[in-house]
Amino acid sequence: MTRRIAIHRPKFGRRSALQLAGAAIASGAVGGFPTIWAQKIKDVTLRQFGTGVSNLNAIAEKVKQDLGFTLQMTALDTDAVTQKAVTQPKSYDVADIEYFLCKKVFPTGVLQPMDTRKITNYDKIVPIFITGKLTPASQVAQGTAPHTVGFVESKASTKFASQPTEWMTLIPTIYNADTLGIRPDLVGRPIRNWKDLVDPAFKGKTAILSIPGIGIMDAAMVMESLGRIKYGDKGNMTRAEIDTTVAFLIETKKAGQFRAFWKTFDESVNLMASGEVIIQSMWSPAVAAVRSKGISCTYQPLAEGYRAWGGGLGIAKHLSGLELDAAYEYINWYLSGWVGAYLNRQGYYSAVLETAKQFMSPDEWAFWMEGKPAKTDILSPEGKVMEKAGAVRDGGSFEERMGHVACWNSVMTEDRYMVQKWNEFIVA
Amino acid sequence: MPRPRGTRFRGYDKWWAVLQATPLAAILAVFLLVPIATLIVVSFFDYDSVQIIPGFVLTNYRDVLGAATTWWTYLETLKFTVIVWAVTLLTGFWLAYFLAFVVQSRTWQTTWFLVCTVPFLTSNIIRMISWVPFLGRNGLLNGTLLRLGLIRAPLEFLLFSDFAVVLTFVHLYTLFMVAPIFNSMVRIDRRLIEAATDAGARPWRVVLEVIIPLAKPGIAIGSIFVVTLVMGDFITVRLMSGGQSASVGLMISNEVALLQYPAAAANAVVLLAVVLMMVGAIVRLIDLRKEL
Repeated sequence: MTRRIAIHRPKFGRRSALQLAGAAIASGAVGGFPTIWAQKIKDVTLRQFGTGVSNLNAIAEKVKQDLGFTLQMTALDTDAVTQKAVTQPKSYDVADIEYFLCKKVFPTGVLQPMDTRKITNYDKIVPIFITGKLTPASQVAQGTAPHTVGFVESKASTKFASQPTEWMTLIPTIYNADTLGIRPDLVGRPIRNWKDLVDPAFKGKTAILSIPGIGIMDAAMVMESLGRIKYGDKGNMTRAEIDTTVAFLIETKKAGQFRAFWKTFDESVNLMASGEVIIQSMWSPAVAAVRSKGISCTYQPLAEGYRAWGGGLGIAKHLSGLELDAAYEYINWYLSGWVGAYLNRQGYYSAVLETAKQFMSPDEWAFWMEGKPAKTDILSPEGKVMEKAGAVRDGGSFEERMGHVACWNSVMTEDRYMVQKWNEFIVA
Repeated sequence: MPRPRGTRFRGYDKWWAVLQATPLAAILAVFLLVPIATLIVVSFFDYDSVQIIPGFVLTNYRDVLGAATTWWTYLETLKFTVIVWAVTLLTGFWLAYFLAFVVQSRTWQTTWFLVCTVPFLTSNIIRMISWVPFLGRNGLLNGTLLRLGLIRAPLEFLLFSDFAVVLTFVHLYTLFMVAPIFNSMVRIDRRLIEAATDAGARPWRVVLEVIIPLAKPGIAIGSIFVVTLVMGDFITVRLMSGGQSASVGLMISNEVALLQYPAAAANAVVLLAVVLMMVGAIVRLIDLRKEL
């Protein structure tokens, strides 16, 4: 672990520096900061932690270049992230957590809400995170939808607000819609529904992910697709609903439907690439990884919609003064386009699309966001060819994909019971 | 023989013995006793979805012992243990027999034994994972059998099955059986075997009544290795069964992943007790101290 570099307090008094900083932020004049303040902020180090998905070194390097201060990133797995967030609140300044974790973490009082008036591009944030609806006509998806844990009632409150307020818990950074991955060369027929995962034709050639909270939702999508049950909320099942779902999973397992259950990214890639499995739960970069081996793999859009997930940046409770200003500046920079373009190019989505567009070529934008055929080869942020010219993104445009979210990753009230039942399924 | 009283070295000797024992005692205390004590203490703590709450509750043990899942998991783990123990004992015994009695020259004995250890030059995980491309549906074995026309469709049971788990365990742990048994066998006085043969015993009787009884300490030590390794495993079962089988170790690792440390600790204490009983039974059957 690295240590934070001590912050040198200004000799002429912090208050005056803060006033200057406040004025600078209020005026929204990014780049036009008074020289003294800009000098002092260079000494700041912000410590951020989160999962590997968005804790990218490229971002830290760009922060140093654009903003002058140091961003230290620590990438952990999801379980460790929860633990660190709650049990070591002094060990970080910025938390990069998923919305479903926010539901657990924010009420413990380790984070402080952010003043939306200080967020330059607040008005341009995709409305999914504000109202829960992509367009005014959209349905709000089930599960822990980000907007339900996106705001608190006041600066001091830890109670989630039912309406957007001026106090935001997390600033959305990265999100995506998950579905089934298939081997189009081996399935031998069009795949249209979640229930195709349990089609006896694919007996012994399917897999499901064995992270209980996510796996059970994929199972729920299958159950509804089969018409076996209609959930009140797939993301917050009752005990009876959990029982029914797990009973179905056990029955399916005993019939030999599943080849394997996977837990890590590379396991899912290997199962698919080796042909052990031809249809399974999958994450979007895993599909890209299979394809990069020259093996055909499709991230198949399905009639019942997607299971979505999203993360955001939260500010630690203990942050104040110059560091807090730096955190706001970092967040404003995050939404100002460069990171957005970086994430969009990886196949994820960013929170403010308008600014990200300015950092992408028209062809990239058309491919990733509008679902149009690529005119030239599509490159990853590292410059590797991801898709050849002529390719079309699976699932199509942003609206087609994020507009068909059936459910968000979530934490259930009956979490502990669900995990017990899931273990029964694994042992069965 | 008792030391004569009043030697002036007595105090010095005692002090010296204590000094000699101190490093090991300190290491055991810090790295064995303290962690186990912590484990036991934590197993009585309470917890919620994000943190552990110090206290004294029995719910963790009630959850562990009261759940049918636990019993099934133990049964499953015991099943693997018994099968793997039986197979490694059988193969290990004959391999050791071959090395000790069939191979006559010392040089060749050492050479063959070293050959047995060659796979151990790579890591445990790599030896495990390397079975996957070999046994897979489109793997080397299925490919060869198909090409030879011996089978029409790929054999699915080869990978992600109990078969794969047992095969991998046997591959990983047979050497732990071979080494101690071989060690016991080479110490057997050859004259005993000659005497038995001269007295008219057939080779089978020699094995049953001379070699096995004298190789018992090796068998016991090998068995302790294999039993404890298989009982505590969590990764082989998960990788080779494709996540479809459970083991006690896997159950504990799942609980740790979900931050349910007290539950995991309670589970670990139960596992420790079970394994200690198994080792106790083995040691009871064969008095190791006496035999060594």
